[in-house]
Amino acid sequence: MKEINDQAVQQVEEKALAIRRHIVAMLCEAGSGHTGGSLSASDIVACLYFWEMKIDPAHPDWADRDRFVLSKGHAAPVLYAALAERGYFSPEKLMTLRKLGSPLQGHPDKRKLPGVEASTGSLGQGISWAVGMALAGKMDKKDSRIYAMVGDGELEEGMVWEASMAAAHYELDNLLVFVDHNGLQIDGRITDVMSPEPISDKFRAFGWEVMSIDGHDIRAIMKALNNAKNVKGKPVVIVAETTKGKGCSFMENKVEWHGTAPNKEEAGKALAELV
Amino acid sequence: MKKQATREAYGKALVELGQQHHDIVVLDADLSKSTKTAEFAGLFPERFINAGIAEQNLMGMSAGLAASGKVVFASTFAVFAAGRAFEQIRNSIAYAELNVKICATHAGITVGEDGGSHQSVEDVALMRSIPGMCVVVPADGPSTRQLLLELYERSGPAYLRLGRLSVPHIYNDDLKLQIGRGMELKDGKDVTIIACGIMVEKSLQASDILAGEGIMVSVVDMHTIKPLDKELVIRKAQETGAILTVEEHSIIGGLGSAVCEVTSEYCPVPVLRLGIEDQFGQSGSPDDLLQHYGLTVDKIAQKVRNLLKNI
Repeated sequence: MKEINDQAVQQVEEKALAIRRHIVAMLCEAGSGHTGGSLSASDIVACLYFWEMKIDPAHPDWADRDRFVLSKGHAAPVLYAALAERGYFSPEKLMTLRKLGSPLQGHPDKRKLPGVEASTGSLGQGISWAVGMALAGKMDKKDSRIYAMVGDGELEEGMVWEASMAAAHYELDNLLVFVDHNGLQIDGRITDVMSPEPISDKFRAFGWEVMSIDGHDIRAIMKALNNAKNVKGKPVVIVAETTKGKGCSFMENKVEWHGTAPNKEEAGKALAELV
Repeated sequence: MKKQATREAYGKALVELGQQHHDIVVLDADLSKSTKTAEFAGLFPERFINAGIAEQNLMGMSAGLAASGKVVFASTFAVFAAGRAFEQIRNSIAYAELNVKICATHAGITVGEDGGSHQSVEDVALMRSIPGMCVVVPADGPSTRQLLLELYERSGPAYLRLGRLSVPHIYNDDLKLQIGRGMELKDGKDVTIIACGIMVEKSLQASDILAGEGIMVSVVDMHTIKPLDKELVIRKAQETGAILTVEEHSIIGGLGSAVCEVTSEYCPVPVLRLGIEDQFGQSGSPDDLLQHYGLTVDKIAQKVRNLLKNI
């Protein structure tokens, strides 16, 4: 159980801001990519990499590390920004995103970039990886924890529920999954396209411990992460209410920003807000 | 003659591997009695995971386990492994170059009475098309064992195609097979038969009949479809000038296609492909089905005669 204090919260908030600034800058340079869902996930990812997880950037393959699987792989920029800030590689490399030969592929590729735990992007698959990793952890009697993040639109994939059934069946209390509940997918509101609601009830019915929080409240994320460690015998899902495009007023809650990168002018405007 | 289904040999070899290596994990999708992973499950329950009837998650969990250092053997029927979970195999396993051996049983039409929905005639084509995927189709029990042991030693994704039906041994236990190296079982100058799986033994029988007619046939067990033994195909094409491929699989995309890809580029010679024409299977006894779809000793012999006539 980790202590939550003002200083810790402030440190993570600063990192979340740095991550958001990286996201805007690298996507502008790349000219394509997924801005909205990277920004909605930034606070949670910052909490994981700068407060929660037991990791060592100097030894990315350390056997006893915690692992984070970004199942919503299109939000790769948030993962890359966190890895760079954490010291896995130089932040300058972020500017190679989506360019030929770059280890920063459009969607995360574990072969190419140390620190990336799973090759994701085809939705629904990352959560299965995480279940497999949690099973391996139990088999080897390790105390490391497995974290994953799925999108709310991603919950429309049937495979997510296959994985959820297995996680509960095998009582994987070393597994914690965040749902980035920003309410939007490419074609519109998730409730209009193909509603996965009620999300919490579904996971509860599948045998998970369910927590609901404001996904932009660092203190709330920390508390939930602490509370999750007390749950025994079942996996935990944290349904995090988030805002797509969070931090850039003109992007917030705009579906157009799901898969669009900011141009130079827009990036300048966004960075002026992200201070 | 001793007989054994390749899935039976797989189940035994898994136990052998499990006793020797603690990093082995076996997964199944509610078919462990049929795929023969049940014996491993009984002996090493802590290293066996039943995914239930959920093949996509079977492959996804396999990826996560392999990414954690396990050597994973994932089993279900071929039609569900290569077909239903194709994209999970592609993106979670092969794209990440993970050490997962997909050991699919009940391949081909010799599934029998369950019918066309359960008879994969296209799995080799699907798996062969994935970058970096190794594809192995053993001919009998002893070679299944040896190729499985070889696959354990060879890191990376692989697809092992196994059958339901009991088939005669063509190898002894002291055989020496290598992944990626075809095995020359018979040397003859007139035509080369390149076969895989249960059709190897039938090809050997056909070669005996043809020998009685003065037609001397080479027979190759091409147990590894990918990476294909190009050198051997080219050499046999040069030595005999004609090739017949024989497989219990669609003639589109399987062994026949793989051999043609080599001959057409490096050494064009007439090639006939004997396999399942562009169609699905149906219910029936395995023997009736083999007869119906032309996968018989007589048909192989007849194809060789046709090939010689047209050279």
